Amino acid sequence: MNRFAALLDRLAFEPRRNAKIALIADFFRNTPDPERGYALAAMTGGLVFPQAKAGLIRQLIAERTDPVLFALSYDYVGDLSETVALLWPARAFSPEESFAAPSLSGVIETLATAHKSALPKHLAGWLDALDETGRWALLKLITGALRIGVSARLAKTAVAQLGGLEPDAIEQVWHGLLPPYEDLFAWVEGHGPMPEARDPAPFRPPMLAHAIEDGDFARLDPADFTAEWKWDGIRIQAASGIDAAGKRITRLYSRTGEEISNAFPDLLDALGFDGAIDGELLILREGRVQSFNVLQQRLNRKQVSAKLIADFPALIRAYDLLIDGADDLRPLPFAERRARLEARLAEHRSAKLGLSALIPFGTWEELAAARADPASAGAEGDAEAVEGCMIKRRDSPYLPGRPKGLWYKWKRDPRVIDAVLMYAQRGHGKRSSFYSDFTFGVWRNEGGTEGLVPVGKAYFGFTDEELAALDRFVRKHTIDRHGPVRVVEANAEAGLVLEVAFEGLNRSTRHKSGVAMRFPRISRIRWDKPAREADRLETLERMLASAEVTSPA
Amino acid sequence: MKPADLLFPRPEGLYCPAGGFFIDPVRPVERALITHGHADHARAGHGAVLATRKTLAIMAVRYGDSFAGSRQEAVLGERLPINNVTVSFHPAGHVLGSAQIAVEAGGTRIVVSGDYKRASDPTCQPFEIVPCDVFVSEATFGLPIFRHPDAGREVARLLASQALFPERAHLVGAYALGKAQRIVRLIRQAGYDRPIHVHGAMEKLMAFYSSEGVSLGEIVPVRATDRARLKGEIILCPPGSLQDLWSRKFPDPVTAFASGWMQTRARARQRGVELPLIVSDHADWPDLCRTIRETGCSELWVTHGQEDALVHWAATQGIRARPLHLVGYGDDGEAEPVSGEQAA
Repeated sequence: MNRFAALLDRLAFEPRRNAKIALIADFFRNTPDPERGYALAAMTGGLVFPQAKAGLIRQLIAERTDPVLFALSYDYVGDLSETVALLWPARAFSPEESFAAPSLSGVIETLATAHKSALPKHLAGWLDALDETGRWALLKLITGALRIGVSARLAKTAVAQLGGLEPDAIEQVWHGLLPPYEDLFAWVEGHGPMPEARDPAPFRPPMLAHAIEDGDFARLDPADFTAEWKWDGIRIQAASGIDAAGKRITRLYSRTGEEISNAFPDLLDALGFDGAIDGELLILREGRVQSFNVLQQRLNRKQVSAKLIADFPALIRAYDLLIDGADDLRPLPFAERRARLEARLAEHRSAKLGLSALIPFGTWEELAAARADPASAGAEGDAEAVEGCMIKRRDSPYLPGRPKGLWYKWKRDPRVIDAVLMYAQRGHGKRSSFYSDFTFGVWRNEGGTEGLVPVGKAYFGFTDEELAALDRFVRKHTIDRHGPVRVVEANAEAGLVLEVAFEGLNRSTRHKSGVAMRFPRISRIRWDKPAREADRLETLERMLASAEVTSPA
Repeated sequence: MKPADLLFPRPEGLYCPAGGFFIDPVRPVERALITHGHADHARAGHGAVLATRKTLAIMAVRYGDSFAGSRQEAVLGERLPINNVTVSFHPAGHVLGSAQIAVEAGGTRIVVSGDYKRASDPTCQPFEIVPCDVFVSEATFGLPIFRHPDAGREVARLLASQALFPERAHLVGAYALGKAQRIVRLIRQAGYDRPIHVHGAMEKLMAFYSSEGVSLGEIVPVRATDRARLKGEIILCPPGSLQDLWSRKFPDPVTAFASGWMQTRARARQRGVELPLIVSDHADWPDLCRTIRETGCSELWVTHGQEDALVHWAATQGIRARPLHLVGYGDDGEAEPVSGEQAA
């Protein structure tokens, strides 16, 4: 456990991708089986401990600390595992007690076999025997929230590096393997055969786009490019194939390679052919693609009930075809892959798998007009779910990562207003000790009195330096506190104006102001602007009214 | 006399009407008593200043000789009448020259501890307990999560990293007054005798500590050397410089930061620190609690920091406690080491 804890601790402070890979590879090289395999499983999300709930950890710490001091500490640290690791009281061991720190495999094997009623005793014993870093790593591990900036892909890349392989080679065999992956390590290190189970539906790293900049248009010839809508759903990859037993295996992956098949069982039969599709997962209701707000209500649910599936019917809009039967299309130009995709989908008709339409255009001006008004440019009733367009070179091969000069994204211009900072709360995770969640409001006249009404909350958009400055501002201008929320001085004479950018505006009965912003973020801090000159609620209402005219709600 | 009449907060700082003075005022006042030389406690421009000789000297180093209209030296442990009260200065263990200030009148004694720590520090006199009725404590690390490890162990981690990466420069962010000299002393105690390089903003205070008999070994200004040649060397700089252009010219630097804040991972990550060193100039939670108990005080006033937890804890110990809500001190000023010396 100590060695694994030390690795996690170092990874948590290492920002550089290559250095992370080197650290993990070094750990694999110098750690015996099965310890390293369980570590790999932990980093790839392959370990689940359903009995080890956050509630159990809270209960253990509650038996050992004052509840008020715990609450204040948790509010400050912002992370349960770290708070408990720091607060856990040191215990003196009597000579006959064993106080050796547990091994990672020991922890995992115990968790897999121990009865639920024995769990508190085991966990407390381990926490007693470990130091702060060890306690932190143990708690992170069993609650399944490592959050150390290591994706499954990165960990597999480190495994590949052990044997000078490409990460894709690991993906090919990955899904047939189980922790602690002794056969995988043996193969990678050259003293074992390649594991048999070739995955018929592996993940392939996706190709990503750069944001287009104004200056780019002058040097890009529109004739070299195609354009399509950028849908505001979740980018997915759907892969399907026949396994050794003759059974069809279909998997859905997020763009980072996490498998999300279990969350969308209703989509798995949509892909009834051998191949891999790159597309967007969306929700369709009454023949119309819904905004991300709606999709979000289906995400992150532990139970996927028949009702949830019926209420939020999912579909895939396909952008690209990576594999078609036995052919790897990725080296081919986009235009050829697109033709193959169209042919494939024409053959395999499914209500849950459709083509994402191309946007016809001759000049960049025409594309700009389509982007400004997707409803009239072909997106029609789906326009609410369009967040801009994608521009792809006709001759672009499908390359993993974010290659330059091939694909561009051109998001819709955000709308901005000037609002006044009203409340602030501490963030979580990396920002836990900073006031980083900001509620802002605009002016309105209510019953003859001018006042601020909150219209939204934003947690990002600012740099680290700006965050530090905002944090300082909040601390210096707090006039009241409600639990963790600080009330910041905000009136016509004194107040901080924030320029807030957002993507869309909805009417809302849940908010006092009657409006809800989509994807708000702080685009600028207007230290210079007097609070009295911030925007009024009427401005937002006008935006809302004009949005309702241009796009069918 | 009721304690709250003897000493109470005003916008300028803690005020003693019977003595006609402020303690650590944040704005210029007629008469100021100063606990220690950190910029948030010791400001320039007061009419008269009473402080220890070392604190007065530190103020002169930082603000120039004319930092106050007049100055008077307080000798540690000596009782000094001022108008209707008696004051005395006692070591606080925070930085060189740092003192607690006891204020007495009509049988009531209030001890204003300023910033203090109990952990050993080879660069300053250790904290002394002064029994009192009211103890005025900081609460910079006033949460039970703060249990600072032995500073020597942290410096050993720095030296281990330097041995592991001999081709990388090790940049250590440390406040220029107190922390930097303590780190140098600890490095020397660990047996490291190569030159230690320092940022220009630290040179004067390094020289001052040396002149006060704190032996720091060979200290070399960074400007005297070609930075590309500082592979594997230890370089100390104010924390703010870690993110400056200044830091980019060193060969593949490892950024370390010596601060009590480094105890939580979020703080370290937020600042982009790769090697967090938990070294604090303030008392951690167990030492705050221990100190409050040892003073035998019946009342606790908390000046700045995480006051809620300490006030709550004191209540569970039967000690009356209240926060003073003083502004202008610390208040997480570590997020903005402008002049590079707010201690943490």
